[in-house]
Amino acid sequence: MRIDGKGRIDRTRPVTFRFDGRAYAGYKGDTLASALIANDVRVVGRSFKYHRPRGILTAGSEEPNALVEIVGPANQTPNTRATVQELFEGLAARSQNRWPSLRYDALEINDLAALFLSAGFYYKTFMWPRRFWEGLYEPLIRRAAGLGSLSGRHDEGVYEKAWAHCDLLVIGAGPAGLMAALVAGRAGADVILADESSEPGGRLLSDDGEIDGAHATDWVARVLAELASLPNVRLMTRTTVTGAYDDGTYGALERVGLHRSPRPNLPRECFWRIVAKRTVLAAGALERSVAFEDNDRPGVMLASALPSYLNRYGVVPARRVALFANNDSARSTARSLMAAGVEVVAIIDSREDAPDEPGIALHKGAQVIRARGRMGLREIMVRAGGREFRVEAECLGVSGGWNPSVHLTCHLNGRPRWSDALAAFVPVEGAVPGMLVAGAANGSFSTHGCLAAGAEAARASLAALGVAAGAVELPQAEDAPYQIAPLWAVPGKGRAWLDLANDVTVKDVALAAQEGFRSVEHMKRYTTQGMAPDQGKNSNVAALAVLADATGRGIAETGITTFRPPYAPVSIAAMGAGGRGMGFAPQRILTSDQASRDRGAPMVEAGLWYRPGYFPKPGETTWREACDREVMMVRCSVGVTDVSTLGKIEIQGPDAGRFLDFVYTNTFSTLPVGKVRYGLMLREDGHVLDDGTCARLGDQHWLMTTTTAAAGLVMRHLDFVHQAFCADWQVRFASVTESWAQFAVAGPLARDLVTSALGHAPDLPFMGCAPVVVQGVAARLFRISFSGEEGYELAVPTRYGEALFRDLTARAETMGGGLYGMEALNVLRIEKGFITHAEIHGRTTAFDIGMEKMVSGKKDCIGKVAATRAGLVGPEREQMVGLMPLTGSVLTAGAHLFAQGADLVRENATGYVTSVGYSPTLHSHLALGFLKNGRARHGETVRLVDRLRGVDVLCTVTDPVFHDPKGEKLRA
Amino acid sequence: MPELIAKPALGAAPVTHAGTTLAEADLPQMTAIAPWPGQAEAVGRALGLQFPLPNAVTEAGGTRLVWAGRDLAFLIGGVAPEGLAAAVTDQSDGWVALTLSGARAVEVLARLVPLDLRAAQRGQTFRTALNHLPLILIVEGEGDFTLLTFRSMARTAWHEVEEAMVKVAARAL
Repeated sequence: MRIDGKGRIDRTRPVTFRFDGRAYAGYKGDTLASALIANDVRVVGRSFKYHRPRGILTAGSEEPNALVEIVGPANQTPNTRATVQELFEGLAARSQNRWPSLRYDALEINDLAALFLSAGFYYKTFMWPRRFWEGLYEPLIRRAAGLGSLSGRHDEGVYEKAWAHCDLLVIGAGPAGLMAALVAGRAGADVILADESSEPGGRLLSDDGEIDGAHATDWVARVLAELASLPNVRLMTRTTVTGAYDDGTYGALERVGLHRSPRPNLPRECFWRIVAKRTVLAAGALERSVAFEDNDRPGVMLASALPSYLNRYGVVPARRVALFANNDSARSTARSLMAAGVEVVAIIDSREDAPDEPGIALHKGAQVIRARGRMGLREIMVRAGGREFRVEAECLGVSGGWNPSVHLTCHLNGRPRWSDALAAFVPVEGAVPGMLVAGAANGSFSTHGCLAAGAEAARASLAALGVAAGAVELPQAEDAPYQIAPLWAVPGKGRAWLDLANDVTVKDVALAAQEGFRSVEHMKRYTTQGMAPDQGKNSNVAALAVLADATGRGIAETGITTFRPPYAPVSIAAMGAGGRGMGFAPQRILTSDQASRDRGAPMVEAGLWYRPGYFPKPGETTWREACDREVMMVRCSVGVTDVSTLGKIEIQGPDAGRFLDFVYTNTFSTLPVGKVRYGLMLREDGHVLDDGTCARLGDQHWLMTTTTAAAGLVMRHLDFVHQAFCADWQVRFASVTESWAQFAVAGPLARDLVTSALGHAPDLPFMGCAPVVVQGVAARLFRISFSGEEGYELAVPTRYGEALFRDLTARAETMGGGLYGMEALNVLRIEKGFITHAEIHGRTTAFDIGMEKMVSGKKDCIGKVAATRAGLVGPEREQMVGLMPLTGSVLTAGAHLFAQGADLVRENATGYVTSVGYSPTLHSHLALGFLKNGRARHGETVRLVDRLRGVDVLCTVTDPVFHDPKGEKLRA
Repeated sequence: MPELIAKPALGAAPVTHAGTTLAEADLPQMTAIAPWPGQAEAVGRALGLQFPLPNAVTEAGGTRLVWAGRDLAFLIGGVAPEGLAAAVTDQSDGWVALTLSGARAVEVLARLVPLDLRAAQRGQTFRTALNHLPLILIVEGEGDFTLLTFRSMARTAWHEVEEAMVKVAARAL
């Protein structure tokens, strides 16, 4: 219900929203949780395993219970914490993990079967029959246990990623963080102050504390106004720092549009990568509960959540409230509630020596032993001095003490230290380089302690940055000592909850210990404690305390599980922002792209490039028809294709020839100017890296081409060889892949076509190159061929690419030729036994592909020695061969080769197929592959088997060059 | 006179979002200059410009020398003289130049480039990445940048920058 005159909501701006289809009213400034409390909605969800009715536990991002689905016009976001979700007009939320409704959930039957559903029950229960696990048991269990549901549609919401940089990142804008930001901001440092809430202030907004004699919120307002006036301070609200990474890099998730009605193009969330020279972690502390029977009933909340709801949102969950605590902090909760007119029926304090609290029924040395009220708390049972009695209350605030938020200090493997005095883990110094921890996150629980620690952490950070800190007066605030007597679980027979989010009870932890899972990491995995969306924020310490007790060890000795990023749930969509559709990967577009698409060519991806697969003609119904026609066109007249994707690297300098001799297996320094040579390049380990041609354009000027796939790789390799082995040589290289558009012209009429385009005959011998002028543009002409026909490649500056492509196409077509695509290009090269990266796939050597004679004996080169290692040469190697089916069968790449009559088992495989195609020239399917001792086995018959695609064919082993083995057509 | 028609990488019309404009720029003559070992100073002298230190641009008249990597600078807007003690490679056709200028240009780039550009000044350049694209970023002035990336990737570059602009603009409303 609402309390008049309280809260920081804007009562002039009412907001309507829906929960489970029903309309409710709230105010701007409400969270979904506070608005539900205002409307007296007590049950907001069903628990993970037992489907027990659950209410709201906390007022913060650690909420384990109140997880809902937010349903927008285009989005359905499960597991949204109602305590974080801000209200906006039209917000629609629905409860999760219930059927058919929140009130009547059929699977609540699980709660009755709880005896059989303890930790690890499915490991024991669903063992037989074995094959039922994957097909039946697991799907059933997954359906019964779970959180929200997914829409099954793509998340087409807008998300964003961004970078930010600063001198000092302050994480958390409570008293410590505000003070740190103020000190650093006044000193002129470049500060980012990040806070997960919609409004900075931390607990100062929740508690009725005073600073400098006035309400603490006055001080917060003054500090925020000053920070806003400082251009060197950036305040990032609704931004949760989620992870600490190397070199002062932090991940942070900002809620950009989640708290408002959808607006076009506004990101829902932004995933920030913040690079900070120094960091102050002022993340505060999280209150923890105490386990007792049925402590998960709706209405049992954290004590500190009550003043948060009262002072921030002007709501209380009930008129009658009881409090249960093992420390003093519930006292201020009681005073705040009473001042607002809420009846505090009792404080149950587990400490015998608890201080008195006038005006309240205080039970010292008492414990709550049970909560009653399935759909909402009605009463609690209390045990005090051997006596048990009932206390009627609709809400119980529990305080089991405070856990400093040490999470980020653990992300680089820091382990927190147990403090007996605080009964909590505290961070160790230097856990994250450059990070200081201040305030409650470091175990300083008084307001004064937080302010002082924040200022000091800022000063120390400024000193490390070399920035002078000015004098900043510390405001006056309470400095009460923190007094606690640990209480983790109240002994009793019933189920007492530790992890509400994953339904893990005290008994489950004890059972884990009993069954030998004594390590805290084993206990966690056996019980699933701490593995829910809240990552154990509400339960880790209590669970390990229970484990310590069950195993007879101390808490320090038992240790704590590892906190890993993210601190709070992060949508995958935010981390992958921009990666959908066109943003998935860069697209490299050829100058001929539009011309190819105009002709209906389907584009295929080759690396990042988009290349035409084939050019369908009217009447052709399959790609094969187009491909066959294009192959015969090249073999019989002339074809044009865009080969600009091949890597092109210009290599220059007095030592260029020497350098090429070093990186290629064969010799290039002796190549005359105006000639081109085919070259092979090895990796340092002796396997083939890449192949291609290299042209000598001038005395000290060469042009290397690489395969499309390995262009970047080769460039990197050249850089490596140069920098590592011959940095003092006078050689330089530059990529010109993008600078030239290059087109292959191939076929018996290729020379005629080039003559027509140039206006004169090319007059180039096979493997020659020359500068030419094509229609007024300076160009480069090479006589090389990847098809086996007479072939030329004509290169022009990229800006002229499209015009030349269209021009060559038109000329080819008038000669009875035309365009050919990747499919035909592939068939043409298979017919000629030319390799691609299908063959030089990283595990083959020059010997394997039959090019060992290309490794010059007269000089050294990268990979030469390594290529002679035992096992890399000889008849045991799988060597490249051609394969032709005995009948007209289809062959498939990826098939394996077996001797005739051999059993089809892995050990008998003697080779594999790398490339296949149908040759219209030879009227047969052809394959290239690797066969053990293959070069000595030409003429033999082998069995080609592809079990994935049901192919089983007898093939003749041949030379890899099927067509024109003497190369007469090339040299024509 | 060339009879072939020259085409720009994109031929895109400028777009403006939240007072910040993305446009395709004409790229003048651009030449990679890679001095031989120890020759950087001499090369700079021959060009009438200081050979730039890493991340720096030197300029005189309409000519700029933009650092582009180890022993490498791009000469933009001038022609390299014969006999330079350097490898000289024409790069004019290999790149697309986009300009991004306006009040929110730095905010937009903060979505794309892992650099702190808030205090970027003319005379600075960065060889970095625009999401997954290779990028040479040249600072023209406050809120004014030239982005060079591979010509074949021009469409993706435009798309990535405009997407970031649209989101920044939506935030600014």
